[in-house]
Amino acid sequence: MIALGALIFVVVFQIAKASEYVSILKGEDKTRKQNNKINAFFLLGFLVFGLIGAWYCNELYYGKTLFPQGSASIEGEAIDTMMIVTIVLTGIIFVITQVLLFWFSFKYQEKDNKKAFYFAHSTKLELVWTTIPAIVLAVLVVFGLKAWFKITGDAPKDSIVVEVTGHQFAWEFRYPGADKVLGKKNYKLTTAKNNLGVDFNDPASHDDIHVNTTMHIPVGVPVKMVIHSQDVIHDVGLPHFRLKMDAVPGIPTTQWFTPKITTADMKKKTNNPDFTYEIACDQLCGSSHYAMRGVIIVETMEEYKKWLAEQVSEYSTLYPKTATTDSTKLVTQVLPEKK
Amino acid sequence: MDFGPYRKEKIKNMSSVATLQHEGVHGSHDAHHEHHHHETFITKYVFSQDHKMIAKQFLVTGIIWAIIGGLFSVVFRLQLGYPEATFPWLEDLFGHWAAGGKLKPEFYYALVTMHGTILVFFVLTAGLSGTFANFLIPLQVGARDMASPMLNMLSYWFFFLASTIMFASLFVQTGPASGGWTIYPPLSALGETSSGAKIGMDLWLVSMAMFIVSSLLGGLNYITTILNMRTKGMSMTRLPLTIWALFFTAVLGVLSFPVLLSGAILLLFDRNLGTSFFLSDIVVAGKILPNEGGSAILFQHLFWFLGHPEVYIILLPAMGMSSEIISVNSRKPIFGYMAMVGSVFAIAILAFLVWAHHMFVTGLNPFLGSVFVLLTLLIAVPSAIKVFNWLTTLWRGSIRFTPGMLFAIGFVSLFISGGLTGIFLGNSALDLHLHDTYFVVAHFHIVMGVASMFGMFAGVYHWFPKMFGRYMNNTMAYIHFWVTIIGAYLIFWPMHYEGLAGMPRRYYDYSGWTSFNMFNGLNEFISFVAMIVFAAQLLFVFNFFYSMYKGRKCTSTNPWGSNTLEWTTPINPGHGNWPGEIPEVHRGAYDYAKDGREFTPQNVPVGDDESKGH
Repeated sequence: MIALGALIFVVVFQIAKASEYVSILKGEDKTRKQNNKINAFFLLGFLVFGLIGAWYCNELYYGKTLFPQGSASIEGEAIDTMMIVTIVLTGIIFVITQVLLFWFSFKYQEKDNKKAFYFAHSTKLELVWTTIPAIVLAVLVVFGLKAWFKITGDAPKDSIVVEVTGHQFAWEFRYPGADKVLGKKNYKLTTAKNNLGVDFNDPASHDDIHVNTTMHIPVGVPVKMVIHSQDVIHDVGLPHFRLKMDAVPGIPTTQWFTPKITTADMKKKTNNPDFTYEIACDQLCGSSHYAMRGVIIVETMEEYKKWLAEQVSEYSTLYPKTATTDSTKLVTQVLPEKK
Repeated sequence: MDFGPYRKEKIKNMSSVATLQHEGVHGSHDAHHEHHHHETFITKYVFSQDHKMIAKQFLVTGIIWAIIGGLFSVVFRLQLGYPEATFPWLEDLFGHWAAGGKLKPEFYYALVTMHGTILVFFVLTAGLSGTFANFLIPLQVGARDMASPMLNMLSYWFFFLASTIMFASLFVQTGPASGGWTIYPPLSALGETSSGAKIGMDLWLVSMAMFIVSSLLGGLNYITTILNMRTKGMSMTRLPLTIWALFFTAVLGVLSFPVLLSGAILLLFDRNLGTSFFLSDIVVAGKILPNEGGSAILFQHLFWFLGHPEVYIILLPAMGMSSEIISVNSRKPIFGYMAMVGSVFAIAILAFLVWAHHMFVTGLNPFLGSVFVLLTLLIAVPSAIKVFNWLTTLWRGSIRFTPGMLFAIGFVSLFISGGLTGIFLGNSALDLHLHDTYFVVAHFHIVMGVASMFGMFAGVYHWFPKMFGRYMNNTMAYIHFWVTIIGAYLIFWPMHYEGLAGMPRRYYDYSGWTSFNMFNGLNEFISFVAMIVFAAQLLFVFNFFYSMYKGRKCTSTNPWGSNTLEWTTPINPGHGNWPGEIPEVHRGAYDYAKDGREFTPQNVPVGDDESKGH
């Protein structure tokens, strides 16, 4: 491999040297004109093959992007529409400008019988290409911001709340239980067992459910995630739902969406029995960042309720005695971890 | 900014007095020669105060860094392209970091971090504007040297110091910084979070502080020289576009780098003095930290307040040089000189007002986000003006495809491709999907990385004869160009598709993911092309150093038939640039094809029969 590289290198160098001598023999001007023609032709070829290549690349990889399967959340649909509009508009500008660039380069290559045309400026032309991009961008900004405000606006009141916590290198989830209120947390209460630092003095925490890695949510109902991080910045990346939100230590963030296709339906739709909604950490968070994987299972309301009913509250797992006698009573005395 | 003819004359006299005091008599050719004998190796090549030599020092240091940074990318592309394979020679090279011939994740991230840091700061900031601001400003404005040759020399040596510290950090036991070139805390603030966040991170911050000092010393010098030391007749509106671009680059650097310095210092405090600027509510490695009340997001504001202008610090010199080279080789005036200056000015202003578009998904207030969307997309307007003006410059030209010209055309092509994808990322709604995916990697590599590299290559090929009095070899240059532009598109174009599939950047291995494991073949292809493109860059490096000593000698002072003042100096100008008087300027820099003359240099007086140009 290295020997081959070195060989190519030596050959290129010899040719380069030789062509320099030849050019001196032939006359520099003649060589220059010859090089000019070759490069002008290559530029045109680059344009043609480049556009064909762009088309071919699209043929190869469009199917592997997320667009053919559509957004798995209702909010993501606006993003997909925006994306298509932007691709079309920028695509048109891309083709026009690249074609002009390479076509002009080829067409106006130096020729003996032609001289450059003195054309230093034209206010009219410059106004045209100030105004048109400004209008196009105004359109994109208006539609983009409409989607943006909808997605980042307040979550609907009937949303299911799930607390998402990231730490090196895993995701954990907390559900508020029957009272629909998450118990308070204080990071200073964190222990090996109570690893989220839940304040079990808060009665609201007693029915909270704590699960690792896999998050269950019902289809068709808005889900509001309250996002925390315990150590460094992580990011809840949900490519199928077209969303992303950082998990920042000390500053909780939120993100809501309405899943519209269950995992089971998506397996059928994509013809992929392994299909999984994955949570990808999208903010570099350390050596196992690439393996900080979470899973979302979108299921029907019945399945979700059944799953929820099977879960045991974290409080009753950690303090089985107190929990069974009276789960609503303050438990200050029996908390060994409390300082 | 026009000081009037009287003032200009006075300044010119002052500047020549300054140079006289400093370096001895330059007024006449003989005097210069006399002085030349006193120059030792140390004063001529090491602690030189000649802006041309300092430019070459920046360039050579930049090339060395580019080889290191490029090599790192090839090494981590090996992991991405061939995640199953082992390469025993990696262990020979990197020891325990690649035990068994496979990179450790920690080291992979260190390579990624160093690749970014090296290319963004050491190559495309110091290597690019350090080289060409130093080389071109005095030569093109008609000055004998920079306003302060001493500060200029210090600027290089602070860069050298920064380089030394960063290079040393590659060899510390816990490895160099590995939190990404954006060094977001708490990952960069707490040694417990990763081994790269230990001493390597402190060295990174100290190195960057030195780098910022270098950048400020350089930038203040560039601004002062451009404003005060223009030759007689060189009004601001007669400056070549290279100078305008380098001027705004320097302004951006002087106003934004100090903010990064403050961020770096606060981070050093958090790391070593127990402060909580960026830390709050943290449990790491089972330890509950006492820090409360800090904001990790604050750092991102400080970082990107430099970080975004930095993108333009990298890009503007490439724009300026491409403008100049396209005009010279089209044998036509640059179209819309004033619009070009105006759009660079607009970009420079807007560059300060868009930083939070890197932070749309940090939990930023959505209203604030919307303001940044508007301001970000506004940048597309001056960018579009520039592109159309370049296209119109080519239109009905008489184009000579010198290697410099090819790279300038390549720059425009890449700037279009990468600029358009910026419209996606600047729109916050789309950024929700695309943020931190390979779409971003594709976008910034094309528009900032490769495009600016093309600007730099264009500059090196174009001004090589002025730097060394010799030409670079054309055949090698053409091969270099074609392999690089084809390779760059093959590498980065398909990455957009990976990004549209949501594939996150900065992943060591995708095999554990059902959502992203379908791009194995593509990743292998990209890695393969990256190796070829890297090899082609070695051809450039070889051509550069070979031609420096053995290249064809220049016989003409003005080989490209160019209008700007640097080509009125001797083939090998000494310190002081012009052996006699500094030429007086009578016209703008772009009188090509005017009144039937192929080109009319700036120092040619306006004839009675001449039509009015701009």
